[in-house]
Amino acid sequence: MKSFGGKVMFLDRANINTDEIIPARYLTEISKEALRPHMLEDLQLDGFDPKAPNNQDAKVIVTRANFGCGSSREHAPWVFEMNNINVVIASSFARIFRQNMFNCGMLAIELPEADIEKLFRYKNIGARIDIDFDKNSLTISSGKESDAFSYRISGFDRALVEAGGWVEFADAKY
Amino acid sequence: MAMTLAEKIFKSHLRDEPFPGTKALAIDVVLCHEITTPIAINDLAARGKDRVFDPEKIKAVIDHVTPAKDSKTAQQGKILRDWAKRQNIRDFFDIGRNGVCHAIFPEKGFIRPGYTVIMGDSHTCTHGAFGAFAAGVGTTDLEVGILKGVCAFREPKTIRINISGAMPEGVYAKDVILKIIKELTVNGATDCVMEFHGSVVKGMSMESRMTLCNMAIEAGGTSGVCMPDEVTVDYLWPFISSDYKDKKAGLEDFKKWWSDEGCEYVKVIEINVSGMEPQVTYGYKPDEVKNISEIEGAPVDQVYIGSCTNGRLEDLRAAAQYLKGRQIAPGVRGIVSPATPKIFREADEEGLIKIFMDAGFCVTNPTCGACLGMSNGVLAPGEVCASTTNRNFNGRMGKGGMVHLMSPAVAAVTALEGKIADPRKFRREGI
Ligand code: SF4
Repeated sequence: MKSFGGKVMFLDRANINTDEIIPARYLTEISKEALRPHMLEDLQLDGFDPKAPNNQDAKVIVTRANFGCGSSREHAPWVFEMNNINVVIASSFARIFRQNMFNCGMLAIELPEADIEKLFRYKNIGARIDIDFDKNSLTISSGKESDAFSYRISGFDRALVEAGGWVEFADAKY
Repeated sequence: MAMTLAEKIFKSHLRDEPFPGTKALAIDVVLCHEITTPIAINDLAARGKDRVFDPEKIKAVIDHVTPAKDSKTAQQGKILRDWAKRQNIRDFFDIGRNGVCHAIFPEKGFIRPGYTVIMGDSHTCTHGAFGAFAAGVGTTDLEVGILKGVCAFREPKTIRINISGAMPEGVYAKDVILKIIKELTVNGATDCVMEFHGSVVKGMSMESRMTLCNMAIEAGGTSGVCMPDEVTVDYLWPFISSDYKDKKAGLEDFKKWWSDEGCEYVKVIEINVSGMEPQVTYGYKPDEVKNISEIEGAPVDQVYIGSCTNGRLEDLRAAAQYLKGRQIAPGVRGIVSPATPKIFREADEEGLIKIFMDAGFCVTNPTCGACLGMSNGVLAPGEVCASTTNRNFNGRMGKGGMVHLMSPAVAAVTALEGKIADPRKFRREGI
């Protein structure tokens, strides 16, 4: 199983699409490793720079509705994985992106809008998120402040994370 | 119990329900192209599982960048080509025979009512036009599909969209789907199948239905579907004539997939097309749609007619009737890409290619090319393209470029004017 939790990168916009996560011009790469430097390169978001120091070493992304819409490219989860980001938390996901995350053994966590709002209060103060996968709960913290949330994932998605991905799961089963 | 088309397909293809709410389906056709498949092929090989579940049920094409533009794309093509050969995949379409995946696979008769179809491509929803459950997936799902012929889904809910009224002149399937996306918004159909009904859909050709279903994903939809009817039977007849005594028997068989009276819809939407204007997108999301009268006159640098949305013969005809005997505006670059070799040949035989060339269009080979900004018409920063494709995301056709989505008719008259124009103001020529 992958490790989950750590420093947070906030992407404060809805409908971030997979072209913005990893542009089509890099789809000619046939190794995941080659994607690494191009994460979020075309993202249209005021003041956001994926290469800025406060976005370095992030392990968790917190964002808004319909994250990962557009192209089915699994290069989107892969570019996160290559940058050690194994968790995305949003108020909703596009279907294919969400499935791709779990298929890679990564976590796509949906929280209600109100909880996402609470997470965004930590946006400018440097936060980390710790995840208790067994208890379906997560805690965001910064200095002395912290907030805890519980989330739900399906039995299938949990099994994929535990198996390390869908290829392993399907191969053992079908 | 009354069931929707999607529920019937799920029931008939169910292999297993590994967890409540998750259904592993047997897959009838796994479609592949050279962008998302090579990594799956390499990964399978690395795991010592370089196998396919059934070479007859796998279809592959090189379409996104063809002919190869550099050594990386050449390598992607080679991986797919070598694999197809190694695995005895007979339905593999390489250069000279290749076309845009969602145009060429239906054209070959590979998609049938009641089928389950997956592909590592979000616009796989197009194939729902035949009454199939067709869904885009990522590379891992594709990999499992190739290896096991299985894919897992949450059972989708269905949104019913009734399209009624009389299609006004200058208004096409593209305008209708843009209007629907505007109404649903970009995630209004997430985890849902969009079922298209009504007199307008019944009157549409398979090409138009494919245009409609192609953009279901732009509202977040898993698949777009139309009930398979006489039009579907006619289209598929060359491929199914030995399976049925006559077309009537074919239709009777197809009807078993129709959504039942009284089945459950999460939402029902009514769209009346009477009096509707042509529709054009303006922002960077496909639900940012305006009536043409609100955006007419906006300048463009390039006009692109092609793609899995609108690169079929009827699309080329729709554009050519406005272009015949006219010239595109100076300073505008016109590019047309017939979606398959068959379409190209027929367009040539009908004289459409000549009309495009006389008007000043560049005619490219069948390929995705400019649609995703990889070749054959990439935009420079700051440039604007009027396009018959399906995505207007920021940078989609080239970093810093902007895209307005529209029908082939609007694209054609926009090329004539050099700015977004209304086809209803132009005389159509017989072609
Ligand atoms: S034409 Fe465009 S949208 Fe269609 S499959 Fe090709 S790249 Fe994708």
